[in-house]
Amino acid sequence: MTDATPAENRPNVECDTGTAAQVQRGAGLYVRVARQHPTVIDAELSCEPGELLAIVGPSGSGKTTLLRVIAGLARPRTGVVHCGGQTWTDLDRGVHRSPQQRRIGLVFQHYALFPHLSALDNVACALGHVPRRERAARARRLLALVHLEGLEPRMPSQLSGGQCQRVALARALAREPSVLLLDEPFSAVDQVTRRKLHQELVLLRRRINTPMVLVTHDLDEARALADRLCVLHHGTTLQTGPPMQVMTRPDSALVARLIDIGNVFEGVVEGHDRHAAVTWLRWQGYLLEARPAVGFAPGTTVSWVVPSSHVVLHRVGRPSRGHRENPVHGIAAEVATLGDYTTVIMHVDGDERTALRFSVPTHVAERNRVVPGTAISVSLLADGIHLLPYEAERSDDTVASTDRRVQKTETRDGVDAASARGLPRQRT
Amino acid sequence: MEWSALELSLLLSGLTCLVLIPASIPLARWLAFTRFRARSFVEALVALPLVLPPTVLGYYLLIGFGADTLLARVYQSLVGRGLVFTFDGLLLASLLFNVPFAVQPIQRAFETVGRDLRHAAYVSGMSAWMTFWRIELPLAWPGLISALALTFAHTLGEFGVVLMVGGNIAGETRTIAIAIYDRVQAFDQHAAGVMSAALLGLSFVAIAVVYMLAPRPQSDRD
Repeated sequence: MTDATPAENRPNVECDTGTAAQVQRGAGLYVRVARQHPTVIDAELSCEPGELLAIVGPSGSGKTTLLRVIAGLARPRTGVVHCGGQTWTDLDRGVHRSPQQRRIGLVFQHYALFPHLSALDNVACALGHVPRRERAARARRLLALVHLEGLEPRMPSQLSGGQCQRVALARALAREPSVLLLDEPFSAVDQVTRRKLHQELVLLRRRINTPMVLVTHDLDEARALADRLCVLHHGTTLQTGPPMQVMTRPDSALVARLIDIGNVFEGVVEGHDRHAAVTWLRWQGYLLEARPAVGFAPGTTVSWVVPSSHVVLHRVGRPSRGHRENPVHGIAAEVATLGDYTTVIMHVDGDERTALRFSVPTHVAERNRVVPGTAISVSLLADGIHLLPYEAERSDDTVASTDRRVQKTETRDGVDAASARGLPRQRT
Repeated sequence: MEWSALELSLLLSGLTCLVLIPASIPLARWLAFTRFRARSFVEALVALPLVLPPTVLGYYLLIGFGADTLLARVYQSLVGRGLVFTFDGLLLASLLFNVPFAVQPIQRAFETVGRDLRHAAYVSGMSAWMTFWRIELPLAWPGLISALALTFAHTLGEFGVVLMVGGNIAGETRTIAIAIYDRVQAFDQHAAGVMSAALLGLSFVAIAVVYMLAPRPQSDRD
């Protein structure tokens, strides 16, 4: 009955940014919401058909609430949600469709399967839009799609975590959703199953052309699966962009800390060399060559980041080309070997207040005899040095949440899992 | 064995369950799913008959059912009968003092149906009404069985309120519990013994049925 509303609402979208307006008209998802209570949200995001957008942020950043708003399960004070060419929410116009009136596939963190119904009936439940006699066959096909042939009569209590997850996914797909929402769908399964489900999600994306929004606190997962990352903090979307861009060029020091770039420092812009396309940065007595950032006038105090992927360890006694690029010297203060990778915390010039973190393959660390207390040198690749508006160190809340994340990972998967992702153990 | 007393007790218990259980479902669901300021107040009101001495409850009901009260006059004009010392009054009293026995188990059962499950049903396209019938009610079923058995058994055994409101009129308000008391007063140990054994058996069967029908809780998977 409300299907008629989008046509009238469309003129309204012109006031938004160009890309947003395009998404609103198209089959994708566009969300802009604000509310104060019970959780503050001030968020804007969009997701094209076939695209996977990952919303990342620490626990309590409002990720799940945002999904609930998209699904119509929570009502913001003001905001719009457009999807599949329809207006689902436009509170200025009093439009707020019920969850039943939106075509949503939502996979819950703990699956939320109906415990008294078989796998088949769980999926068939979401096929209300299909003629009754076709439902069972359709549900079987969906279960086959998620590789659960033969398990149709099983009750949820007779299924493993990964199998429950697949039933939940099949149920979400049964709605033929205009958007697929995944609320930390892999957090409650073991590491092996998670990797398998990751692969299946990648394959599934080739088969359905639906916008997908994945909420996760696992940065590696987000980086591996998403086309774009959206960093959420206290209900506010801080930055959205392709994973590589967000991970190497965060918009702010806060984003850098949230996405676990530990290397956030403070420096002063020395000057710009427009011909060589470099910006010179004064830091701890070093003059560093950085990616051009002409927006900052010489003499400006800035925050700057360098992802650990752009910190290169110098080989002992074998100088190489990289040595010319921003060489920095110090003492290896902490060396933690976690499986294939070794994480090193280097105190620059022996100053423990300036800790530079990076990872190297374990065999490299061993060959170069990197042990606590040894003098080491690294190069900070200029391409990885990214300047940001100055922001005083606010280690308290953000670092605490990062720590929680790491801790959670370790308790869930054991130390091996943490090591596989190269997570720094010292920080927990 | 006073068969008329047993019959009356069974009739009273049956009718109480028939009226009270369906009426308790919406109240219990509301208390389970809705957060509002006065919730504790409503819950306390529901639980009150549990802690109140039956004579106190019976006393207030007796006053409330009195011939010159509004309730009694309305009832009189509608049905043509009074509420004091009649089966009708007894039934009404029974409905009131059984509220906690009916509402609380159902409320607890609805509370086990998590918010995510209801939301999963909504996003699957199921209406609130369909969610109630296909998801909530089947999952709350053990609570309903509990409520049924508790209400039935409790009505069979209630003494104080029945005596206060209904008195001891054979065939009208003399339930089996009253009859037992009556027989003991008359030094008829044999009749009292037989009826007590019957009541014991009935109550035991009612409770045992609950435990048979209630599914064992499945181990929670996270």
